[in-house]
Amino acid sequence: MSFPEELKYTEDHEWVLIEDDVVTIGITDFAQEQLGDIVFVELPEVGDSLETGKSFGVVESVKAVSDVYAPVSGEVVEINEELPDDPEVLNNSPYDDGWMIKLKLADSASLDELMDVSAYQEFVEKD
Amino acid sequence: MKITPLNKIHRQLGARMVDFGGWDMPVQYSGVIAEHLAVRTAAGLFDVSHMGEIEVSGAQAFDFLQYATTNDVSMLVDGQVQYTALCYESGGVVDDLTLYRFAADRYLLCVNASNTDKDFAWLQDLQKSYQFNDLSMINRSENYAQLALQGPVADEILAKLTPVNLAAIKFYRFVQGKVAGIDMIISRTGYTGESGFELYCAAADGAKLWQELMDVGRPLGLEPIGLGARDTLRLEKAYALYGHEITADIMPIEARLAWITKLKKGDFIGRDAMVRAKEAGLSRKLIALTLTASGVPRDGYPVFCAGKEVGYVTSGTMSPSLKKGIALALVETTAADSDQLLQIGIRKRQIPAERTKLPFV
Repeated sequence: MSFPEELKYTEDHEWVLIEDDVVTIGITDFAQEQLGDIVFVELPEVGDSLETGKSFGVVESVKAVSDVYAPVSGEVVEINEELPDDPEVLNNSPYDDGWMIKLKLADSASLDELMDVSAYQEFVEKD
Repeated sequence: MKITPLNKIHRQLGARMVDFGGWDMPVQYSGVIAEHLAVRTAAGLFDVSHMGEIEVSGAQAFDFLQYATTNDVSMLVDGQVQYTALCYESGGVVDDLTLYRFAADRYLLCVNASNTDKDFAWLQDLQKSYQFNDLSMINRSENYAQLALQGPVADEILAKLTPVNLAAIKFYRFVQGKVAGIDMIISRTGYTGESGFELYCAAADGAKLWQELMDVGRPLGLEPIGLGARDTLRLEKAYALYGHEITADIMPIEARLAWITKLKKGDFIGRDAMVRAKEAGLSRKLIALTLTASGVPRDGYPVFCAGKEVGYVTSGTMSPSLKKGIALALVETTAADSDQLLQIGIRKRQIPAERTKLPFV
């Protein structure tokens, strides 16, 4: 399992890439591995505003349904339109082609809550 | 948690293990979709040792089973298997099972793992209540390991390990013979809709049988298969699963199982209730649905017709073969038989679903 150093992580197994006031969000390698074969993805619409901790989408494997939670608040500025047609990309490339949404940050303070890679690795080992 | 004789092998293979009705069982090895497709295109090996086996023998064995089960035991000959069910007086299902006839006075019932104790107690109660005294009933579940070898190349794989003429074993027939030198029951049955076998041997021989089959089967595409793919494989063929399509509250005649419910064979447990229900007209029935938009139907999701909730999904999945959402659903007969459009409620949306002829695949 790999966890890129440049990303931040949440306890719900999402990753966050911060670029100025826009963040890209996806699910981690651990999350996709736990879910197994992903067969369905539901994303919000561009323009939706998301609130920290609220579900913004759904990822389904053959066996299970999982909500995906907004790690930070903001407005959806872009969604990965390829994903609903090609959900297995989440298994094959969780950090690159499998990105889910881009958010324009409402408030940069909430970024402080996120884990860095070593904290997340420790969290996964305990989980 | 209970374990099968193959538990160590599953762990060595890196299977993901789950608690399945009190059994520590593999849910997947390489992944549900890859395993599913391996069974459809080559072959798969399943550990189904958790299944229960109950032996019924004696002069009254036939009369007893004819009274306890829904199918007609008089249709069976030696070496034949029958799919059947045990019902309550209410017509609801205690369990579904396969019934093996060894001789007119000796039978083996293969029942669902998590129902084994319930079934055995139910049968003992019946035996006492109706005084079938000339009868011996033994729970043999711990004596057997059971492997299912399923898929288009299953015959070719098994032929490498046995002198038995497999072509002579017709569908739902069985023989006793050796595989890899091990004594077993070789039964041409399964739960995948593919050709193949269910193999019953002594618990102590289970691991050796698995290893020998994997060794000769791997070059032909044989893969170990977990419970995840076992479920998607059976659902594509619309085979009932206890706890979903059939339960204590669902009669087999509501669940497309009229073909194993022989109301004319004479009296049996549950018959009166089912005859009455049939005369009154069945209020609900099991239908097959395919989503016409993207989504994954799951058990418990509501089914709608003209804005009204008319039933629920009993089993649903994303079909690995069709790449579409498929479901079995128990719905009001009037909605099932109408030509009005149906929808499945998935979270806040109603996704259109088309009535589908079975099997799905």
